[in-house]
Amino acid sequence: MRSILKCLIAVAMACTASSAWSATIDNVKKNGMLTCGTNSATAGFSLPNNEGKWTGFVVDYCRAVAAAVLGDAQKVKFIPLTPKDRFTALQSGEIDILAHNATWTSSRDTSLGILFAGTYFYDGQGFMVRQADNVTSAKGLDGASICVTQGTTTELNLADYFRSQSIKYTTVGFADEEAVVKAYEEGRCDVLSADTSTLNASRLRMAKPGDSVVLPELISKEPLGPAVRQGDDQWFNVAKWTLYVMVAAEELGVTSKNIDAMKSSDNPNIRRLLGVEGGIGKDIGLGDNWPVQVIKQVGNYGEVFDRNVGKDSPLKMERGMNALWNKGGIQYAPPIR
Amino acid sequence: MSDQSLHTPVANVALIPATAPPADVRPGPVTWIKGNLFSTPLSGVLTICFVLLAGWLLHQFLSFAIFYAVWSGGREACRANPEGACWPFIAEKFDYLRYGAYPVSERWRVNLTQAVGATLIVWLLWTKAPQRKVAAVLFFIVYPVAAFVLLRGAAWLNLPVIDTTLWGGLLITLLMSIVGIVFSLPIGVVLALGRRSELPIIKAVCVTFIEVVRGVPFITVLFMANFMMPLFVPDYLTPDRLLRPLIAIALFSSAYMAEVVRAGLQAIPKGQYEAAEALGISYLNMMRLIVLPQALTIVIPSIVSTFIGLFKDTTLVAIVGIADFLKAVETARVDPNWAGPTISSTGYLFAGLVYWGFCFGMSRYSQAMERQLARGHKR
Repeated sequence: MRSILKCLIAVAMACTASSAWSATIDNVKKNGMLTCGTNSATAGFSLPNNEGKWTGFVVDYCRAVAAAVLGDAQKVKFIPLTPKDRFTALQSGEIDILAHNATWTSSRDTSLGILFAGTYFYDGQGFMVRQADNVTSAKGLDGASICVTQGTTTELNLADYFRSQSIKYTTVGFADEEAVVKAYEEGRCDVLSADTSTLNASRLRMAKPGDSVVLPELISKEPLGPAVRQGDDQWFNVAKWTLYVMVAAEELGVTSKNIDAMKSSDNPNIRRLLGVEGGIGKDIGLGDNWPVQVIKQVGNYGEVFDRNVGKDSPLKMERGMNALWNKGGIQYAPPIR
Repeated sequence: MSDQSLHTPVANVALIPATAPPADVRPGPVTWIKGNLFSTPLSGVLTICFVLLAGWLLHQFLSFAIFYAVWSGGREACRANPEGACWPFIAEKFDYLRYGAYPVSERWRVNLTQAVGATLIVWLLWTKAPQRKVAAVLFFIVYPVAAFVLLRGAAWLNLPVIDTTLWGGLLITLLMSIVGIVFSLPIGVVLALGRRSELPIIKAVCVTFIEVVRGVPFITVLFMANFMMPLFVPDYLTPDRLLRPLIAIALFSSAYMAEVVRAGLQAIPKGQYEAAEALGISYLNMMRLIVLPQALTIVIPSIVSTFIGLFKDTTLVAIVGIADFLKAVETARVDPNWAGPTISSTGYLFAGLVYWGFCFGMSRYSQAMERQLARGHKR
C-alpha cells in the first residue's frame, strides 16, 4: 500500500516537473544515443535492410547528426513513425529529431511547436506517362485521365495546376499507392501523378518499367526537411548545420574517401570546414572536428544522395533541384566561418 | 356407463400392415451425395456452381503459389514471371521477418527462447504428458522471467543488452500474443469473480475497469501509451517502448476475458453454489473445485475465439512504430532491390498463411479439448 502511494506521489510530482525540458543536446550526450523518428518504410529514404539495419536518405541524415554530436554514426535509435503521429512524437519528446519525408510548410512551422531545420530533399508532384503516348510536357495532357492516391494534397495540386493552365482532365482516385500503380499498369488511366520521390519507386514495381517516363514539370513545392522542437536553439543549430556541412563538403569536393588528404589543403574554406583552423565547434557545443566525423562516417550530401536514391541506387533519381546551386540545382549552404 | 365400454380394448391389438423398407438406407458415398448435394434440382445446380467456383479458386491459388511460382533466382527471375509468387524474396527476407533488427550474432537467444517456450507449451497442452503441474509452474512463473532476461540481455550473464526497438517480426507477434494469453485468463477470472462479488467496492472497481477498458479503442490506448505518456511522465518513470503496449494488451484482453468467464459463471445453476456452501466448502475451494472447472469448460469456444482475436490484434502495435510480423512483411516488400509486380502479393500471401497456420492450430486444439472435457454431457 505504501509503495502504491509513493508511486502516485512520484507521478504527481513528475507531472508538474517534466514540462521544463532539459537541453536536447545534453540528453543525447548523456544517453549516448540519438533517438530519431523516421518514415516507417519508404524506398530509398528509410528502410531496414535484410539484417534489420536502417538504411536510406533520411536515415543517413540521422546518422550524420549522431556522428556530429556523439562522434559515432551508429549510435542512433530509429523510431519508425506514420505521417499521423510523427509530429506528436516530436512534441512529446519521444524522439530527439524528426527526419521524415515531411513537407516544410508555414503552418507546420508556426503552429505545431516544431521548427524545420532546412531542406534535405526538394520534392514535388510530378507526372508519369507511357512512353508510347509521346507526351513530353504536362501541357500536353489535355483530356487525360490521371490516377492519384485519394485524400492527399495530390488531388488539390492537380486542380490548382490544371485550372491555371486551362487544361481539362479527369482524376481516378484509389486508396493507396499500390492500387494506383496497378490501375495505371492496367491502363485505367493515362497518367500517374505523385511526388517524384515515390514515382521512381512505383515505376520499379511495374512489370515493364521501361515503358513509362517521368515528365520534367513539378506542379507543387514539397521541400522535405528535418524538424526539431521549438525553444531549443542550440539543438536547432546542430540540426541545421549538420545538413549545411554535408552540402558544403560536396561543394568543396570533400568526400568520405579523400577527407584525410583534404585536411592538408590550402583552401581556407576547406580548412575551416574540417576544423583545421577557425574552431567552429565551440559555440555550437560540439568538438572542433564534428564536420570531419560527419563527412568521414556518413559522407557529403552528394554521396548520400547517390548511394540512397541517386545513380548508385536502384531508384536512379536525377539530382534535379537537389543539385548544388552552381550545378543547376538549389542546394546551397551558407558560408561556414 | 354401459357394460360394453368395459370390454372395449384399451390398445389396438391389430397388426399394422408392414410398409416397404426405405429405398436405400445403406450409408455410402453415393447415397450421401444424392441425399445432401442433389436432393432437388435447385440444390443440384447450386452444388455444381459451387464446386466449379471452389475448383477455380483453388486453381488460381495453386497456380500462383506453386505451379507458376519462382522458386530460385533473384529479382530478375521474379520480374520475368508476373504469373507466380516470388519465393526467393521470402527466403531472403525470412530472417528479417522472424527476428526484425535483432542483431545477427545474438539471434540464437531468440531461437533458444522460442524452442523452450514451444516445448513448455506442448508439455502443458498435451493432456497425457506427465508432471503437467511442473510445466505450469515453469511456463507461468520461471519462463517469463528467464525469457525476458535472455532476450533483453544482462551484463552479469555476459549477454549484451539488446534494446527493444531492435526486436521485430514474428518475435514481436508471438511475444505480444503469449503475454496477452498468459495474463488475460487469470486476470480475467479474477475480474469476473469480482464483478459477481457481493462486496460493493470490489464489484465497483471491477465493473469500472471492465467497462472503461472495453469502452476505449485499443489503438487509442496504444497511441496514448507511446506518444502521449512522455508528455506527462519524466524519462525515469516511463516504461520501455515495448513494455507499454505489452501492458496495454494484457489489460485489454483481461477485460474481454472477464466477460467471457462471467458468461460461463452465469451458466452454472445456483444449486451448485448452494450445495457447495451447504457442505461447508470454502469460497476459494468452491470456485476452484466446483464452479470454475464447469464454467470454463462451457466457455472454451469463446475463450479460444478471444485468443485468436488477440493474436490478430497484435498487428495494431505497428501504428506505434513496433515492427510486428505484418509490419515486417510490409517493410520488406518496399525494398527497391526486390521491386517487382509480384512482390507485394507474395508478401501478403505468406503473411496470410502464417497467421492462418497459428489461428487454425489454436482452433483445432480447442475443439479437441472441448470433446475431451465435455464427454459427460455431450449433446
